Amino acid sequence: MKKLLLFIFYFFLFANPTSAFIEVDITRGNLDPLPIAISPFYVEPGSKDIQQDGKIIQNIGEEISKIIEVNFKRSGLFNPLKKDAFVQNPDIAHAKPRFEDWKLIKAQALVTGKVTVSEDKIRTEFRLWDVVAAKEMIALAFSTTPNNWRRVAHIISDKVYQRLTGEEGYFDTRIIYVSETGEKTQRFKKLAIMDQDGANVKYLTLGNELVLTPRFSPKNQLVTYLSYFRNLPRVYLLDIETGVQEVVGDFAGMTFAPRFSPDGKKIIMSFAQDGNSDIYTMNLTTRVVEKITEHSAIDTSPSYSPDGKYICFNSDRSGLQQIYVMRSDGSNMKRITFGKGLYGTPVWSPRGDLIAFTKVYNNRFYIGVMRPDGSGERLLTENFYQEAPSWSPNGRVLIFYRETKSDSQGKGFSAKLWSIDLTGYNERMIETETDGSDPSWSSLLSK
Amino acid sequence: MTRSIFLSLVFHTAMIVLTALSLPLMMKTPIDLPPIISVELIEISDITNIPFAPKARETLEKIKKEEERVVSEQAPPAKIKKEKPDRIPLPEDLNKEKKKLVKKKQNPEEIKKQIRQVSEFEKKELFDPNQIAALIDKSKKESADTLKKNQKLTQSNVKTSFVSGLTLSEEDALKAQIFGCWSLPLGLPYQENLLVRIKLRLQPDGTILKSEILDHARMNKPGQGFYRVLAESALRAVRICQPLRVPPAGYDRWKDLQLNFNANEMLKG
Repeated sequence: MKKLLLFIFYFFLFANPTSAFIEVDITRGNLDPLPIAISPFYVEPGSKDIQQDGKIIQNIGEEISKIIEVNFKRSGLFNPLKKDAFVQNPDIAHAKPRFEDWKLIKAQALVTGKVTVSEDKIRTEFRLWDVVAAKEMIALAFSTTPNNWRRVAHIISDKVYQRLTGEEGYFDTRIIYVSETGEKTQRFKKLAIMDQDGANVKYLTLGNELVLTPRFSPKNQLVTYLSYFRNLPRVYLLDIETGVQEVVGDFAGMTFAPRFSPDGKKIIMSFAQDGNSDIYTMNLTTRVVEKITEHSAIDTSPSYSPDGKYICFNSDRSGLQQIYVMRSDGSNMKRITFGKGLYGTPVWSPRGDLIAFTKVYNNRFYIGVMRPDGSGERLLTENFYQEAPSWSPNGRVLIFYRETKSDSQGKGFSAKLWSIDLTGYNERMIETETDGSDPSWSSLLSK
Repeated sequence: MTRSIFLSLVFHTAMIVLTALSLPLMMKTPIDLPPIISVELIEISDITNIPFAPKARETLEKIKKEEERVVSEQAPPAKIKKEKPDRIPLPEDLNKEKKKLVKKKQNPEEIKKQIRQVSEFEKKELFDPNQIAALIDKSKKESADTLKKNQKLTQSNVKTSFVSGLTLSEEDALKAQIFGCWSLPLGLPYQENLLVRIKLRLQPDGTILKSEILDHARMNKPGQGFYRVLAESALRAVRICQPLRVPPAGYDRWKDLQLNFNANEMLKG
């Protein structure tokens, strides 16, 4: 009996012997952008037309899908397929797509949607489909005022981007920059703000005072920037929502290169007196000023790490301008750049893993990134003159400005905003009405 | 008493066998997917994840040691070394071994370097004339096998070459096919472990009967959202690629296939 029991026990233990299976390592794939089909959104019958700036927007569903398409194309991670090849009507595709048809045009993902516009409301619903697995990945609906329709398109782009890449998007954001007009020798500089795709430009100052280096708060819609008052640069604060602006402190010397701390409660900046500049912070609630560095060299362009524990800045204390990292109280200072040339305008990535910088070497300007310990330096782009990188809120894209060479009379000069992603391959100019410089990217407007 | 225990055992066995046989049949019927899903459906195959019994592992290690003694100087890599049937490759191991092999495709200089490194790598590897023979002409496989036996290789060694399943050219054909289908999500955090293991049960024509992500628990962990995206991209690659380029014969050898998708190599540097 015992034997029989043992036999049965062993029978079950080894009855299904693990068949030897083969392991194959796949260590390569293609880095081609993901083919995605964005079907025009279906507009429900009876929907009202949307009027914006005196113009009637004819087919809101198509416009929304176009904005998503442009966003994805610019990101470099997606390849939106041409709409001519789409065979299924938007309304049917939104209900239940025929995946075989979409597979035929090599789409791997599909975005469909439906728009309903009533008197004071626009309701937009979208679905993201995995064409290959023939299943739905995400479905959401948004309700807002009709004038916000562009933002809805950006929010949908963010949601799809997040679902397909695993990281937060950056489409529902704004960029503040300095709009420039006039001859090179006599430039008028105004503060301007626009959506990240270049739409909805608004000018915030009149252009009678020179403005420089606007920087967004990572927490809210506050902006700090530099403006000249009686020929002295001063740091200002501007609330974009209310339009209220104020000067930050009243110092005897020059204040410049302001930037917010990650919690938005402090401003870190340079303060120059008698030819020596050091780094200071100011608490925005208590207005208490604290000196962080104390050195006879020029310390400037400070930027916090996203956890607020460290500060990177550039200094010429070694003789040439280089980047340094220290604790937020000024201790434990370390030089991190040792390469040839000059390094400046360090900006810590919102992800914390990289520091972006401008490098000048052999009279050429480079925008690059490196790890916070100075290792892994990668130069992303090279040009005649370019500087001031600013990170997208997800730490994947950098925006900066580039100037062209001009002749002795200042002709042929232009300044344009450009973006480049971390791969260094996806470099694009952002169309603006006027010339632009010193861009700064906002955080996501909605989370 | 004995009789009743015996009867009970017989009936229980019958029940278990019946369930085991009928369950896969039920699973074959296509499931109509509900309209809104936010959860990934994963089919759990009836084969366990344990590749070998501990005893087999010991034998394999012995064989490996034996093989190391027969090292020669100018040979292609031994296929036994490439596939590690006895263990699941840790990401660090993969990194160590293949760091030099795969680089960005855009840089032609790098590719040259890669070729050089491959040949250096090969020198250190085991030389097995039988495999060259097998590579050149599959029809010579049999005679090669006989030769192998003559060269005082143990019986278990022959078994290993059976276990490793695909010849280099077969494996390369499969790899090349999947390389082309796999669109890597570019936003992955490159300092994380980016290894996705997918187990497949194939049909004789190379189409996929079942697919399973082995570390699927990681997909729903907080802060690992990228892993879900990566796993989905790997699964998509396999589905786009099917039917997979498998050898026309020897279905039993390759019907169970594990693909280890490792994105770390691609995204580094």
